Amino acid sequence: MADLLTDSGKALLLGNEAITRGLIESGVRFASTYPGTPSSEVGNILEKISDKAGIYFEFSINEKVAMEVSAAAAVSGIRSFVFMKHVGLNAAADPMMTLPYSGVRGGMVIMTADDPSAHSSQNEQDNRYYAPLSLMPMVEPSTPAEAKEMVQAAYEISEALSMPVLFRTTTRVNHARGIVSFHGCKDTPQKGHFDKDDARFVCVPANARKNRLVLLEKNAKAKEMSENSPLNYVTGKKDSDIGIITSGVGFTYVSEFIEDAAVLKLGFTYPLPEKKILEFLKGKKRIIVVEELEPFLEDNLYSIMGKNNVYVPVIGKRDGTLPRQWEFAPETMSKLKDYVKVKDFPAPLPPVDVQLPARPPTLCAGCPHRGSFAAMKKAAGNRNVVYASDIGCYTLGSMPPFRMADFVLCMGGGAGVAGGFDASTDQKPVAFLGDSTFFHSGIPPLISAKFNNHKITMVILDNRITAMTGQQPNPGTGRDFGGIKTESVDIEGIVKGIGVDFCAVVNPFNVTETAKTMKQALDVDGVSVIISRAPCQIDAKKRKLPAKPPMQVDRNKCIKCYTCVKTVACPALIKKADGFIETDLSQCAGCGMCASVCPKDAIKEVSQ
Amino acid sequence: MKYSIQIVGVGGQGVLLASMVLGNAAMEAGYDVAMSEVHGMAQRGGSVLCTLRFGDNVISPLESVGGADLLMGFEPAETCRNVGLCNKDSQIIMNLDPVLPSMVAAGFETYPEVDGLVASIKKLTPNLRTIDATELAKQAGKAVAANAVMIGAVAAVKGFPLSKDLLRKTLADNVPPKFLDLNLKAFDLGYETMSKD
Repeated sequence: MADLLTDSGKALLLGNEAITRGLIESGVRFASTYPGTPSSEVGNILEKISDKAGIYFEFSINEKVAMEVSAAAAVSGIRSFVFMKHVGLNAAADPMMTLPYSGVRGGMVIMTADDPSAHSSQNEQDNRYYAPLSLMPMVEPSTPAEAKEMVQAAYEISEALSMPVLFRTTTRVNHARGIVSFHGCKDTPQKGHFDKDDARFVCVPANARKNRLVLLEKNAKAKEMSENSPLNYVTGKKDSDIGIITSGVGFTYVSEFIEDAAVLKLGFTYPLPEKKILEFLKGKKRIIVVEELEPFLEDNLYSIMGKNNVYVPVIGKRDGTLPRQWEFAPETMSKLKDYVKVKDFPAPLPPVDVQLPARPPTLCAGCPHRGSFAAMKKAAGNRNVVYASDIGCYTLGSMPPFRMADFVLCMGGGAGVAGGFDASTDQKPVAFLGDSTFFHSGIPPLISAKFNNHKITMVILDNRITAMTGQQPNPGTGRDFGGIKTESVDIEGIVKGIGVDFCAVVNPFNVTETAKTMKQALDVDGVSVIISRAPCQIDAKKRKLPAKPPMQVDRNKCIKCYTCVKTVACPALIKKADGFIETDLSQCAGCGMCASVCPKDAIKEVSQ
Repeated sequence: MKYSIQIVGVGGQGVLLASMVLGNAAMEAGYDVAMSEVHGMAQRGGSVLCTLRFGDNVISPLESVGGADLLMGFEPAETCRNVGLCNKDSQIIMNLDPVLPSMVAAGFETYPEVDGLVASIKKLTPNLRTIDATELAKQAGKAVAANAVMIGAVAAVKGFPLSKDLLRKTLADNVPPKFLDLNLKAFDLGYETMSKD
């Protein structure tokens, strides 16, 4: 990783590194998040360098809390940054929608990292709509270098208007890499002070109604700022009668692969600069709108034209020329070749004529989730079970041989839908969720299940880390970075405090014993909870925990029944040409799950 | 001048490190650089694709399907899977050492013969060069240096715009000092092997 604490020179930075450098240069003093791809690297970097950069940083237990702690810092006068993936903003939307009514004193920027094509997400919602919904100004960078500069601009907008600003990125900005220049850092106050002002900060109905007027005034002022902002500019072949309006990564494809058009590049995309857009329309015989996902700019363009009684034919999504689904790529521009000069793309080679094996993402060798799934499958037997799963590595339990994720909605959603399945069907609901997800939003649905007498079994896959997004610490881990140390929060204590009817802690590496306990849990006529506890193997390696000796198969005992590969399906189990199973010593984590399911006791630790 | 490299392989093979070395070398040579990487869920044992574009006025982080000047394949099946990123003029370098997907390792699916994979690409283009990068890395000292072998091989690709010396120096700047000799030896083996014939 590049050194982000240097004040000069240039480096080839990931978008998320550039954004983090932008925070440092902007004098941000407070940052909070709940990890989520494609935003996670910002938190991973801050975990390492926040104290050196003079930034207080925390992994909050969910995006809502992250929004709230950053809001408190900003109303106390210091610059704060809260960041999350697009669906995380749904969880944070409640505080976010009222915050603009009160506004902030120090600058506050909210990053929503959207994921067109849902590379690492459950949907591809377009969070630009949160800007008009909340009346917050919004900026959208196109490249890593621009993202760094736009962080600074966003703080200036935020402080000029005393309100938070939405900073909307997409995967191809967060996970793009480009050359970024470093500049000096702004000096801002390290600590704030909250000056009380009930009329502004206590949004009881009487105050909320008045603050609504203030908010609308700020919205009008924001529109003026957008009209005059250097983030919105005309480029390309300016005298062309074909105009392109674009924002975000779409601008990069327009810049390189379309020729002979005037381009209105929008970086300040809410409120939109109406006068600047009308000026751009003059003399154009056609306008093309290039934006990923929803026709946000396009519909606003129709609205602006209607309001001002002008009409220029528009090519975009509403006429079906450009797709609404999935991210754009350079070749997407070829859909515009009837309207504008598009660079010729060379014809791709045809596919090879050999059947290739699939290579989907998979649970790691020695991942304890394998043991939990194998044990539950054994415990459930022929019972009619619905597996309500959740967001994390264990969503990969939907893959064969497990196929143990029947309904997945959102963080913490599995436990809630499990209660609904109990009340509306005769099937047995089992909810799988990770420790971090339990803290994030799994506790309220467990309480609700107890309250409403939903007979669910919740399996908390407690690997002591937020694994999928890159091994961030969570309350179960305890905190030890940025000069702050905290004790681990006790999941068992929380579960027992709710008064569930059954709670047991199991070791998923022992599949057979775990299955017995899970069967007991399924038989409970009430709410039962299994805490399946074993470390994430990637995290164990990162923390250099003492390695266990790997396992090996005794060829004299192996009867080629393949129970091991069929039940735990670990990638370290290799079927050799002669049909015997062997362990891949370079991958084997020594967890012993395969040994615990072997009916012939043929798998043992490698003798030391 | 614009040049696009698509680097494909499997998580853990050093695809990202290779892309960083090539990207930094392009920056040192004074070019614009735009890259795109895969992070997150896809990394869990899945296929990895990294796009690197450099040259004059380069800003797009993605290349068009078929637009690659060079496909660097760290793994045979992944090279075959991504051959559509190339056109008839693209150069392809393919490491011959397979990484078995977990369903293959467990015996539920089969992995095609590597010779057959090579032949399937040769049917489509004469521009395939194969290299046993893992074997050469072992000769250099350790199998993990296969990505350095691949970078050395790229330095020998006909018409590659960055010099061998610049790539070698950038590699040296991006690896831990205790693995410096290993990586430089691996780089040199990759370069020499690819320079023959």
